[in-house]
Amino acid sequence: MNKLVFARSLLGGAAMVAMSLLAQAQAQTAYVSSEKDHTLTVIDLKTQAVTGTVPTCRRPRHVQLTPDGKKLLVACAESNAADVIDLATRKSVGRLAIGEDPEAFDLSPDGKTLYISQEDDAALGFFDIASGKFTRTVEVGKEPEGVKASPDGKLVWVTSEVANMVHVIDAATGKVVKNVKVGKRPRRLALTPDGSQLWVTNEMSASVSILSTKDWTVTDTIQFEVKGARSTDITPVGITMTKDGKQAFVALGRANHVAFVDVASHKTTALALVGKRAWNVTLDKSEKQLLVVNGLSDDVTLVDVATAKPLKSLPVGRVPYGAVIVE
Amino acid sequence: MRRLILVALLAGAAFGAAQAATFKLTLLVPADDARLERSRTERAYLGHPGGPAADGLLVALKEAKFELEAAGAVLTLDTVPVANAAAAKDAAQKAEKGGAAVVLTDLPADWTLAAADAVKLPVMNLGDASDRLREQDCRPRLLHLLPSERMRTDALAQTLAAARWSQVLLLTGPAPADAQRSATAQASIKRYGLKLVATKPFKLSADPRERDLANLKLLTGTTGNATYDVVWVVDSDGEFARTLPYRTSLPRPVVGDAGLTALAWSAQFERFGAPQVSRRFTKATGRPMTAHDWASWMAGKAITSAATEVPKGPAVAFAKALNELEFDGSKGTPMSFRPWDGQLRQPMLLTDGQGVVAMAPVEGVLHPKNNLDTLGVDAPEKLCKVARP
Repeated sequence: MNKLVFARSLLGGAAMVAMSLLAQAQAQTAYVSSEKDHTLTVIDLKTQAVTGTVPTCRRPRHVQLTPDGKKLLVACAESNAADVIDLATRKSVGRLAIGEDPEAFDLSPDGKTLYISQEDDAALGFFDIASGKFTRTVEVGKEPEGVKASPDGKLVWVTSEVANMVHVIDAATGKVVKNVKVGKRPRRLALTPDGSQLWVTNEMSASVSILSTKDWTVTDTIQFEVKGARSTDITPVGITMTKDGKQAFVALGRANHVAFVDVASHKTTALALVGKRAWNVTLDKSEKQLLVVNGLSDDVTLVDVATAKPLKSLPVGRVPYGAVIVE
Repeated sequence: MRRLILVALLAGAAFGAAQAATFKLTLLVPADDARLERSRTERAYLGHPGGPAADGLLVALKEAKFELEAAGAVLTLDTVPVANAAAAKDAAQKAEKGGAAVVLTDLPADWTLAAADAVKLPVMNLGDASDRLREQDCRPRLLHLLPSERMRTDALAQTLAAARWSQVLLLTGPAPADAQRSATAQASIKRYGLKLVATKPFKLSADPRERDLANLKLLTGTTGNATYDVVWVVDSDGEFARTLPYRTSLPRPVVGDAGLTALAWSAQFERFGAPQVSRRFTKATGRPMTAHDWASWMAGKAITSAATEVPKGPAVAFAKALNELEFDGSKGTPMSFRPWDGQLRQPMLLTDGQGVVAMAPVEGVLHPKNNLDTLGVDAPEKLCKVARP
């Protein structure tokens, strides 16, 4: 199967599309955005090797799979657009003008609306993908960052790094339902699978705030500690959870570790040493491997979930930002 | 000529917050500010102000709108130009009587001291880097946003030590502040194990009889076997320093007040959300954000953070929050005021004006409590003798 991927990259062209689809049906491929190379680095997770790059618009940051699993959307800061990358051909098939300097976004569950934090305008934009137009702009705190749409499509959450808040926004009306004060410089969000808790990483507080989705109170704050690191060097950003909602993974930024957190007890069960400034984290489908993007060492680290041991670090493009695993 | 700017209107209603408390800010600026004459700001010497101190403050207050509204706090900024130390004292007293929560100064050191001695309020020094305000002339409620001269020289000395550029030729200017600043530079050179090859005074002059003081090649020539790795120039005025890079006798870098300079901020800083801050500032003011602008913006950030923490006051609680909170200033690490001298501890940027070359504290320089305290006066030195709250 790996030979197939290799052959395709040698031959290329339309004739190979069918073959690559076949390959992808069995493959386990990671795409890692690189802010300074304007590419996605392609990694075959089965062989743990870099197999190529896909050119994108300029300064790609957040990457996300479309709900049909066929395309990647990549927000590009310097192109003021999102690139639409077709996974079968690994080529750009379109651009969405999603506003100035885009970084983080999420899609509505139906895949029709793209919610984008607009850092310079301190707003959350509702972008209609079909028409390519903004249908709504909601004013939020300065430097909005992490965005997440609720699975039922009713709410959108966005963090403001300056206001130190999570804004709870009604997706239908665009009204800010609630402003929840969390830790300093809130970055990314994860929802427990049962929908009861929203976890928010606080980059400047070395913590995760846990919000109850019932009444939007902060029910607990998980403070991270790493032996030998001062709390100011623990700068959590990326976060993800297992599908059973038992385990969370938090990238601790400059502390160069990923924390494994037991969701029920809020306790850190393990710390895995990764590269410099662990930034975003992604699980594969079987939840056996965690891919950690290291922003300052231009590499990614694959971590074994069962043992919390790093398996391998692979060099990618300059200033890697985010990753998607396609299986 | 008093300008009252209402920054955040009562918006508690939107979020059902309780009745808003008002925090009055009074900013004292020089009535006639030679630093801001067009001929100077146009030259944009590194480390010199680029415009009024109110600019950074207003940007910070505006961007805290959401937090302030949610907390139910209102901030107003009153800018008062003063002509001398006595006027600064009067204006500070008047502000205190008028219910101000904090006085901010962008004034010469003596004027700031006159204001600080006149009131029981927190006084925030935005624009003066003199070490004496943090040392022998420190005051109990005086806080400093701009890094001290010693923080700047420590940052530079650390950077040179890390690069192993240890042989330093020091050139010192004739401005009143230069002798003291040169002594500070020499203390940092000593502390970080650099070697002072020679120290020479300079003067701007075309007079052939003064060529030993004014000719760049002669000043930077090697007498005997003395060679050097860098030329460190101390020039508060800036004109001489600007002429120095690429015109030294030996092909060596210039550091200090030209070439590589240690500053609180650079508009070219790319990390920790800094570009967004610089961009907001430029959008609002039409000019690049300098280190002085960062200091006033940071004062606004500290004030809004404290006001959000204790939105209903009273003034004592506000002052306490200001002194104890940690602030985010888009330099990648939480910052707070040092209890021993009121200085905001902060990372420094080493810049040549084109980009950020390095940050200090440099990697590998360690401190028992907080690495940021390797820059500037540390607690055990006990150079500020007054009791601070």
